[in-house]
Amino acid sequence: MLCLLCVIIAIVPLLSILYEVIVRGAPEINLNFLAADGLHGGIGPAIQGSLILIGLTSLIGIPLGILSGVYLAEFGNNKYASWMRTINDILTEFPSIVVGITAYSIIVVGLIGTYSPFAGAIALSFMLIPIVARTTEESMKLVPNSVREASMALGAHRWRTILSVVVPSAKGGLITGTLLAVARVAGETAPILLTILGNSYFFQGFNQPMDALPLRIFLNSRMPQPEIQAQAWGASLVLILIVLTLNIGIRLASRSRSPR
Amino acid sequence: MPVGADHQGDIIMPNMKMESIELSAWFGTKQALKDINISVKTNAVTAIIGPSGCGKSTFLRTLNRMHELVPGAKTTGQVLLDGKNIYAPEVDPVMVRRRVGMVFQKPNPFPTMSIYDNVAAGLKLTGARKGQDLDEIVRKSLQQATLWDEVKDDLKKPGTSISGGQQQRLCIARAIALQPEVILMDEPCSALDPIATSKIEELIVSLKSDYTVVIVTHNMQQAARVSDLTAFMYLGQLVEFGETTSVFENPKSELTEKYITGQFG
Repeated sequence: MLCLLCVIIAIVPLLSILYEVIVRGAPEINLNFLAADGLHGGIGPAIQGSLILIGLTSLIGIPLGILSGVYLAEFGNNKYASWMRTINDILTEFPSIVVGITAYSIIVVGLIGTYSPFAGAIALSFMLIPIVARTTEESMKLVPNSVREASMALGAHRWRTILSVVVPSAKGGLITGTLLAVARVAGETAPILLTILGNSYFFQGFNQPMDALPLRIFLNSRMPQPEIQAQAWGASLVLILIVLTLNIGIRLASRSRSPR
Repeated sequence: MPVGADHQGDIIMPNMKMESIELSAWFGTKQALKDINISVKTNAVTAIIGPSGCGKSTFLRTLNRMHELVPGAKTTGQVLLDGKNIYAPEVDPVMVRRRVGMVFQKPNPFPTMSIYDNVAAGLKLTGARKGQDLDEIVRKSLQQATLWDEVKDDLKKPGTSISGGQQQRLCIARAIALQPEVILMDEPCSALDPIATSKIEELIVSLKSDYTVVIVTHNMQQAARVSDLTAFMYLGQLVEFGETTSVFENPKSELTEKYITGQFG
């Protein structure tokens, strides 16, 4: 009974958020809202920007994260790796606004000199890499050592063993972990606040400010006009739907995958 | 240079495939093998027996340089394969492992691969498949491992879907697909039931016409049944080595006699 009570207490906030977002956001959603730019009452640029941002972040963050995780799992038996692991853990818990400010001062002010989707993607990558590295390491370590030995004993090189035997064995966990990390990062606001700035127009180029859903929600919710605040609710619903779809889709897909 | 055969006495072995010379091995600071001299005869089955922890598995793993994959592991001395030291600095351990195959204690087929791919795995992983008919090699290897008739209709099924004894024969097929010169077996039947065990034992005896086999076993009857030569190890040292019949029927060492009559171990 106590356990059931705890479950209910835990679910109540989630359901109340969902309820509020649906009640306030659903009336906003129509084709114009989803497709038009900011001057015509739509959040098209924000959806487009979020997709670009997710794509760029994945492109930068996933390879780096997976390679880090493979290193930690397969060659991580030394003190450098244990330092790396510690730093990685700290980065996972790092306040995201600090990541944003750091990206702003180094990339936006220092390197590029302008707000840019790239700056946002790099900031988000710093959130993504540690999570992906950690889940990669965990799923690689679940592969029994006997499988590695079998491959090595056949005369396969170490890299070949990792690439063709260990990684395929850990594939389910790798895909699930990586996509969940992407879904989490897609909702981050603080790192992009100071790096892509926001934009009412559709994508303008890689050296121009860009919009994104979390950012649009933040900006619109601070406006005095009730109809613009309502747009923020609509955008929240869209963001939640994207993240939930990713989440549930991944879980269903990984459940039907071969049981390991 | 003390040679294994001479060192141990009067065994005369003209065809020696492998030979360990003053071989010692460590895990960190713990010495697991002390100056082992054993000669492995070509096209024969050599059994290594001894109580748990005597270093027999470690010895086996030094023969294809698998021992050094354990963090902190170290080896000194020599192991000759066709007269050449596999621990010489210019030797690539990967090439040693292609010539000296291994079958492990627990069947370990690749979980993500089909039966067919498991057998073909060695050729694919080592890039040795060039110009060879993969189907033909898979069929021959499975036939030689006496598994073909049982799995020929299920080649696309996962390698882990068959029984433990079949999985172990699959692992043997995987090893022989690479046409190694020596096959090392680390207690290959210890996880199997008696029927599966007797199948593997028959297989081991039939393999020696094409390969040189070294088998580690804790089962003395098994050693007596399948092997031509037997080495008895105790606490990391070689106690006795000779023809299987003489080791079992007329052991020179009192320790060996005690072990094979079941007084300890």
